[in-house]
Amino acid sequence: MSSNKKTVILLLVVAALIAIVPLFALKGAEFGGSDDAGSEMISEIKGEEYEPWFTPVLETMLDGELPGEVESMIFCLQTGIGVGIIAFVMGRMVERKKWTDELGEDAAERKRA
Amino acid sequence: MFKKKGKMSILAFALLVMMAVAPVANAMHVMEGFLPVSHCLLWGAVCIPFLVLGIRNIQKTLKDNRKTLTVLALTGAFVFVLSSLKIPSVTGSCSHMTGTGLGAILFGPCVTSVLGLIVLVFQAVLLAHGGLTTLGANCFSMAIAGPILAYFVYKILKGMNVNKKVTVFLAAFLGDLFTYCVTSVELAIAYPSEVGGFGASLTKFLGIFATTQVPLAIIEGILTVVIVIGLETYAKTELKCLEF
Repeated sequence: MSSNKKTVILLLVVAALIAIVPLFALKGAEFGGSDDAGSEMISEIKGEEYEPWFTPVLETMLDGELPGEVESMIFCLQTGIGVGIIAFVMGRMVERKKWTDELGEDAAERKRA
Repeated sequence: MFKKKGKMSILAFALLVMMAVAPVANAMHVMEGFLPVSHCLLWGAVCIPFLVLGIRNIQKTLKDNRKTLTVLALTGAFVFVLSSLKIPSVTGSCSHMTGTGLGAILFGPCVTSVLGLIVLVFQAVLLAHGGLTTLGANCFSMAIAGPILAYFVYKILKGMNVNKKVTVFLAAFLGDLFTYCVTSVELAIAYPSEVGGFGASLTKFLGIFATTQVPLAIIEGILTVVIVIGLETYAKTELKCLEF
């Protein structure tokens, strides 16, 4: 295994650990939603409930909040789009390197012959 | 009378508990409708020159070398992925990364502002995450301020001949962290505390956003290094075009 491969694997393991450890270290923590918690903070500073002057377009159209399951689906969609593009581009590049390397070797062999 | 007092004390206690819990708050982007109109317009106006310059830079880069299109797509996709992953942090709340550091070091901060804007619009419209009115403020913190810092950190460390992986890591790490510092500043300007004003609010917001973000910024740094290793192995020609 090349040293780069080792570095990449090590880095990914470290990244995964950093992401997962808080979940086990802080058992029972809420790991709560972002928007509601953020508005609580503002209410705390202002000393009163803050009424946003604009509701998200989607919530106006739905007459309510986006259902949690659907929200996670759209978040997945966002991840999926990103991963799809990254995988496609990287795949292309990896294959290209293979081909160009082989072509290079062929050319070198022909030269020797 | 006594009963009423009892209720009041319960209410007060409940409020106290809520306050103790509330600081475990996290807003990844400024929420829809949470900034005064004047602030929304101001942040929006600040973003426009960067976006215009960014679109021009993209056109120029692609015209000079069409090959870099794939790397540009990959950079945009990287922002898509990283800003969709909500990750638990040591403070007991979740936040997500920005992914804009990679774009900043490869294409510069202006191009990255355009990539970031795409993601912010996606999240604001489809997920009610962030918002259309606060788009300017969010765009400034995530797609402009963070990338600018990442870009300069990268340039300075590169000039000092620091190890490349360390350079990339620090650029992405600091850029991510800075994004949330700027978000705190934006919120603190809009909500100065009655006692202590702007400064007090800022420390409050920073205490939450910055500390939550530290481990995530480390992950972002690591993932950026991984992608850069991949690009250096498989996309040498493109990186050469980008003078990376």
